[in-house]
Amino acid sequence: MTTALEKNRTAPAPTKNVGRSIDRVDGIAKVSGGARFSAEVPYADIAHAALVHASIPRGRVTGIDTTAAEAVPGVLKVLTHQNAPKMIPSAKPSIMDLSTMAPGTPINYLNTDEVHWNGQPVAVVVAETLEAAHAAARLVEVSYESRPAVTDFAVAQDHPKPVKGSLIEVGEVKTGDAEQALAAAPVAVDLRYTTPGQNHNALEPHATTAAWDGDRLTVHDATQNIDWVRKHLARRFGVPVAGVRVIAEFIGGGFGGKGSVWAGTVLTALAAKVTGRPVRMALTREAVNRTVGGRAPTVQRVALGAQRDGTLTALVHTGVSQVGRAGGGVEPVASQSQYLYAAPAILVRHSTAEVDALPNTYMRAPGEAMGSFALESAIDELAVELGLDPLELRARNEPERNPTGRQRFSRRDLRAVYARGAREFGWSGRDPKPRSMRDGRWLVGWGVAAALHLPVHLGGDVLVRLRADGTVLVRSGLQEIGVGVATVVAQVTADALGVPVGAVTVELGDSEQPTAPGAAGSTQTSSATAAVLQACEQLKRSMLGLVRRSSPPLRDATFTDGGLFRADGAGRSYSEILGDAGLPSIEARTGSDSRLGQAAGQVRMMTRFLADRRRWVHPATGAHFCEVRVDPDTAEVRVTRWLGIFDVGRVLNPKLASSQLRGGVVMGIGAALTEETLVDPRSGRIMNPGLGEYHVPVHADVPRIDIGFIDEPDPTTPLGLLGVGEVGITGVAAAVANAVHHATGVRVRELPLTLDRLL
Amino acid sequence: MRSFAYVSAPDVDTAVRALADQPGAKPLAGGTNLVDLMRQDVERPATVVDISTLPLTEVEVLPDGGLRIGALVRNSHLAAHPAVRTRYPVLAQALLSGASGQIRNMATVGGNLLQRTRCLYFVDATAACNKREPGSGCDAAGGFHRAAAVLGASEHCVATHPSDMAVALAALDATVEVHSVRGSRTIPLVEFHRLPGDRPERETVLEPGELIVAVELPAPIAGRSAYRKVRDRASFAFALVSVAAALEVRDGVVTAARVALGGVAAKPWRAIEAERVLTGAPATEETFRRAAEAELAHATGLPGNEFKIELAKRTIVAVLRGLGVPE
Repeated sequence: MTTALEKNRTAPAPTKNVGRSIDRVDGIAKVSGGARFSAEVPYADIAHAALVHASIPRGRVTGIDTTAAEAVPGVLKVLTHQNAPKMIPSAKPSIMDLSTMAPGTPINYLNTDEVHWNGQPVAVVVAETLEAAHAAARLVEVSYESRPAVTDFAVAQDHPKPVKGSLIEVGEVKTGDAEQALAAAPVAVDLRYTTPGQNHNALEPHATTAAWDGDRLTVHDATQNIDWVRKHLARRFGVPVAGVRVIAEFIGGGFGGKGSVWAGTVLTALAAKVTGRPVRMALTREAVNRTVGGRAPTVQRVALGAQRDGTLTALVHTGVSQVGRAGGGVEPVASQSQYLYAAPAILVRHSTAEVDALPNTYMRAPGEAMGSFALESAIDELAVELGLDPLELRARNEPERNPTGRQRFSRRDLRAVYARGAREFGWSGRDPKPRSMRDGRWLVGWGVAAALHLPVHLGGDVLVRLRADGTVLVRSGLQEIGVGVATVVAQVTADALGVPVGAVTVELGDSEQPTAPGAAGSTQTSSATAAVLQACEQLKRSMLGLVRRSSPPLRDATFTDGGLFRADGAGRSYSEILGDAGLPSIEARTGSDSRLGQAAGQVRMMTRFLADRRRWVHPATGAHFCEVRVDPDTAEVRVTRWLGIFDVGRVLNPKLASSQLRGGVVMGIGAALTEETLVDPRSGRIMNPGLGEYHVPVHADVPRIDIGFIDEPDPTTPLGLLGVGEVGITGVAAAVANAVHHATGVRVRELPLTLDRLL
Repeated sequence: MRSFAYVSAPDVDTAVRALADQPGAKPLAGGTNLVDLMRQDVERPATVVDISTLPLTEVEVLPDGGLRIGALVRNSHLAAHPAVRTRYPVLAQALLSGASGQIRNMATVGGNLLQRTRCLYFVDATAACNKREPGSGCDAAGGFHRAAAVLGASEHCVATHPSDMAVALAALDATVEVHSVRGSRTIPLVEFHRLPGDRPERETVLEPGELIVAVELPAPIAGRSAYRKVRDRASFAFALVSVAAALEVRDGVVTAARVALGGVAAKPWRAIEAERVLTGAPATEETFRRAAEAELAHATGLPGNEFKIELAKRTIVAVLRGLGVPE
């Protein structure tokens, strides 16, 4: 079997740059202010736009008085459903064209008088200055006719609708009869967990700059998917896709919040069309929170049955999550319960409950981030029931193959992860008794949780051009959301072609470039580097063609040191080869820009994706070890130590990969301890739409976070990569809750874990 | 933000005249709260009187051992002042527990006293709020009120005062000096802020046109002092409960006590009942608990904030325990 796997490997042998902690190529531009974000692109004659939000959860706009707003000096236009030009409705989502999934909601903003959530944009003010736009937006008077609304998930969750499984949504998965096995189990826990909604709060709020030239549109947009934005806008405005250019040179964080097209993007393009001016809309933090979905609240049941020795006999994980009546998808909270433990009987089931609320959207490890809180807390609770060490319980139930299907794991070694983490954290020094460890007056607790996420691997188009001066240009419409994709692409290219990493320039973030996948699902780096590798192989074949008749023969030479060189040192530099051939450069690209080529590429990609899915489960895995201190008087919880050991396949750049995983831990600490979108059920209104009242962790909340890697390649992917974007947040909240239980003896099954729940 | 008239005041007389001439005018110092609220459409002053350049930036040690603090002294400057750090540690700690370094560099002593509540319904112009719009009702009582008051609230308003500094000042017997075109007067800090009653829009006893020019502290009591702030994250969050206390203990007996609470009322709450129990009693955990119980005896909570009653008691005990232990 190993031989078959080996054959699949096209990865180059370990080389000079891959695997090294190279500084990010855009680091200096970012820290010195040189990097330009979507709200900063200069345009002469630019106008500014601001949103007016609905203040009822459901109903109809019966009147809009814009007189006062229009009287504000500098106001150019107040757009409402009464005067906005018609846009073509969004396409029906189809698996054959993934860009149809672009819109966060099908609601046709400003083309309808209907209100679907408190906060929906009902008007846009365009003005000469940002200040005038915002001042006037406050003066737009909207009257409504309200309709009965369901605004409380706590009520709606009692009427769940089962999710029908599909290619993109997990519905129900069953192996054996889990309920019966549970009833028969000598030891069992049956528990209910709840998690709240969470707002997206990337460092850069969503921003769009749009300019029309006839029916050609240029949009600078803070997006994780320039291709989707391009196709969506082309459709909505009825113009050719080729005439829409979307640019996103730098994006200040995405986390899924910029994975769909939301109101700001569409309405900026609309405002630019109506006013005939370039228009910029930089959303306020409040506008982000009112118009861009977040993580949906959930209620979950996890029931585990086991033999007295800890062997799992039953695993039930079901979840109900909120969706908006106007859109949003299931939070697949139980998806990792299909894969994490070897129980002979497993039941996973997802349902949704409709609420008149802002449609939810992807947020870092959708479903799994909050589902792992329930599953990994329950495992800890079972360990306490059994009197077993929680790591030991996990190790004993490590599956050999997918417990709910016939696929095998492409790579997985969680036992090694647990062992290494335990050693480095000093886990053996843990007294399992709650409230047994102290530091002065502080109660000290240690907690552990497993992490698992299934990164997706998609295709992508790329162009690689080797120039006669020995430098290399890589072009691909990738999105730099902060992860360092340009850096790792340069590393992979440099090694594939045998040039210094400094000789490689990566151009990305522009729809004029070959189409790349979105930065989502932990897929961008693995997809992009696989495409780069493929293009480099093509380029090398062309290069060999050029030296076919050279003397000495270079057929078996190596691409290294900026040329083709034999083991005896003989060879030619790329400059010499291209000079001899009279070529300024030589290039190769994957994919095609033509409509047909793109459609064919999409079909090829889906076919490959489905075939792979039948054979393999590719899990990025890990384990979190954390220490908390709890004040015995006030029950304040502070996280004081963190270790994460991850198995994410080959690590291209440990510095960048660690940084992403650390970010996942920080985000998870926020979800564990403080973050909660407060929606007042009387109005359906988010009451904390800003960073003052929506508490993300500050520096003082985050301890030093140590990250370790197993760093073994996944033998079934081109470079051996899995993905690091999301696995880092899975398990974090459970590790904190488990540590808090160890410190205090109090089990909290409701997030966030605020001190009042411990008093 | 809506348009407003802007007046820059070069001296206190001009400032108070401008405030007197323009009803509803707001003084602008650090702007850390006023400007935010103007952006949120909560504050809508027709006129803003810029007092940020007035010569009220000195901290002066008084002959009687007290301290006179200009109204425009920045929070960061006051916290770093040697006299504050050595003789009023409770004040330095309170200041440093508030906001962030950047905000403390801007925020002034006068502005800190006048900051508005952070009640979620006060800062959302679409909600009912008697403080923002008298007579409109109170959405907080039936909504989210984790930060709300457990002492001195009314059916009309459950908002809390968010200041940390003011809690320390309340424990330190501070006084506030105000000027207006009618002259000047001095107000004890504990009487400066009002409880809501049926007029929650009136948050202080300041009359229209009055401007804070200084805060004065008497010499501190002997013994030690400390400020403890309990909040949802380690920094940059308002207090759920805070305690400012100074305790003098001789031969195991409390000879003097000053205690004030934050995060529990519309004003910094001087804990008179607790002080009464403490004074003359043995400095023991049991005494501290009795003092805390006495102070919170009439506290009432709402579903979302009643935990603060027990939390306040525990925090009082924790702080007093820390101060009562011989060094």
